[in-house]
Amino acid sequence: MAYDRHAHRRKEYWNQPTMGVWERLYLPEIMRGIWITGGVFMRNMAKWMTGRKGALTSYYPEETRFDYAAGNRGKHVLTQRADGSGKPQCIACNMCATVCPAKVIEIDAAFDPSDAVHPKYPARFEIDYSRCIFCGLCVEACPEDAIRMVKEVPDVTARDRHAMWIGKEELLTWKPQSDVAKRYPGPGRGGAGGGRS
Amino acid sequence: MIQDLVVYLVFIGYAIAVLMGFGIILTWVERKQSAVMSDRIGANRAYIRIPFTQVKLIWWGLFHGMADGMKMLLKEDFKPNSYDWYAYAVAPWVVFTPVLLVFAVIPFGGTLVPSELFSGFPAVAEWFAGKSYPMQIARLDAGLLIVFAFGGMTIIGAMLAGWSSSNKFSLLGALRAGSQMISYELIMGLTVLGLIVIYGTVDLTDIVEQQSGVLFGFLPAWGVFLQPFAATLFLAAAIAENKRIPFDLPEAESELIAGYFTEYSAMKMGLFMFAEFIEIAIIGALFTTLFLGGYNLPFMTDNGFVFPGNHVVEMSHGAVVLTQMIVFLAKVFLLCSFQILIRWTLPRFRYDQVLRFAWKFMFPLALANLVVTVVFVWALRAMGA
Repeated sequence: MAYDRHAHRRKEYWNQPTMGVWERLYLPEIMRGIWITGGVFMRNMAKWMTGRKGALTSYYPEETRFDYAAGNRGKHVLTQRADGSGKPQCIACNMCATVCPAKVIEIDAAFDPSDAVHPKYPARFEIDYSRCIFCGLCVEACPEDAIRMVKEVPDVTARDRHAMWIGKEELLTWKPQSDVAKRYPGPGRGGAGGGRS
Repeated sequence: MIQDLVVYLVFIGYAIAVLMGFGIILTWVERKQSAVMSDRIGANRAYIRIPFTQVKLIWWGLFHGMADGMKMLLKEDFKPNSYDWYAYAVAPWVVFTPVLLVFAVIPFGGTLVPSELFSGFPAVAEWFAGKSYPMQIARLDAGLLIVFAFGGMTIIGAMLAGWSSSNKFSLLGALRAGSQMISYELIMGLTVLGLIVIYGTVDLTDIVEQQSGVLFGFLPAWGVFLQPFAATLFLAAAIAENKRIPFDLPEAESELIAGYFTEYSAMKMGLFMFAEFIEIAIIGALFTTLFLGGYNLPFMTDNGFVFPGNHVVEMSHGAVVLTQMIVFLAKVFLLCSFQILIRWTLPRFRYDQVLRFAWKFMFPLALANLVVTVVFVWALRAMGA
């Protein structure tokens, strides 16, 4: 069989690149590419040199972004009682732990007979952030508005999963306490059964 | 005699320090520069804590190179069940050693006169007795040939590594490395031939000294102005020779894992990487020597600056030597940075494109450049210029 020198010709595609002489010369296009990347380099470098940030990325654990949506479901917080005692509003009913699809909430209930208004409280309230899916069902399930989610994400960068639990002390660090929905009667006015007014 | 030994030991120490320094710094420069080029921050996590304090020195991620070195030293040194373990073990060194040796013939400064340098210490100055040394480890009149001889030896290392690894990926990488490096070595040689015709010598010190003048009264007589075409081709061929993107076919990680050093781990793989980074500096040094006037600054002589219009700025010998060394290092560093810029700008060639580019594009251009140069030089000589 005679050698067909067109047998190996490549198929033509509908989006075959069309290159003019300028592109085929190769060097000008390379210079253009280097001009672009070098320009980006110079621009960013000038920013770094003058003390500004020349990058789009952020230092993750150190820098939290400021533009979280207002409704972002981030870290959980336990609201505190309005009397300023710093104790949680949580009544350790376990509803959030029950509804949690990832089963990440662990509550140990405790009883304080001296606190007539709010005798049942969580002795231990821990959330495993290595498994939490941030669905917000715990917030919806809570009858006491005791657990909420702030828009900032939790700082749980850790080297092993045991360090990714967040306990009651940290959950209670949420400071604005004035807007909690549940109001308590003062110690002098209410009785043991006193609740919402 | 003993003075010569002292001076050359200092030169050798300086050369090794410079090369190792470049090898270490360039890993960092490559990371940071690529990050800045692509709007990222880059490596910034490794730190050194000052003992007994909580002061962490991060220094823009400069210690990542150290972390890399520690990692490579401490990793498992995997050995494949190779039929030729001797070649396997020796290959990284065959790649690494010639790269260091090339620097022996490259002049990294002008002439050093120790007795003038130590004129404040009469005893030392007397001991050196007015001898002068070109700042270069070995002044060989075959300098450029030595460069190509040693440069060509790295191919052997790459081929050895690929053959002896008992791995198809390594073998493919070695085959690609062999054909590619031999093709581009030819082009490197051809582009440099034009310079040799102009300068009439292959002694690198001579070549640098001939570039110290001025062209047309204002241009420095650097090779890049005499042979701009050859300079471009040489740089492209040198990058291809170093097997870096866009010519990184032998180690194309998306096709061949790591090419010819797939089966190398720990510090043996580190040697390959280190050789590559040092070769960036070597290419920079070669290009500086051949095309950018080496240690020369425009209008600079061995006694200071002579600007047009006969403005003379006198400098002491120590200041001149220091300036020349710094100028050389700065030029090399800029070229390294430029190579990294190219590496992070261009996408990889296809294998057939690499060879077609070498033989059908660069080879004819290099030949044409040589022919034009030869005719031009012959015409100038014939006119008695």
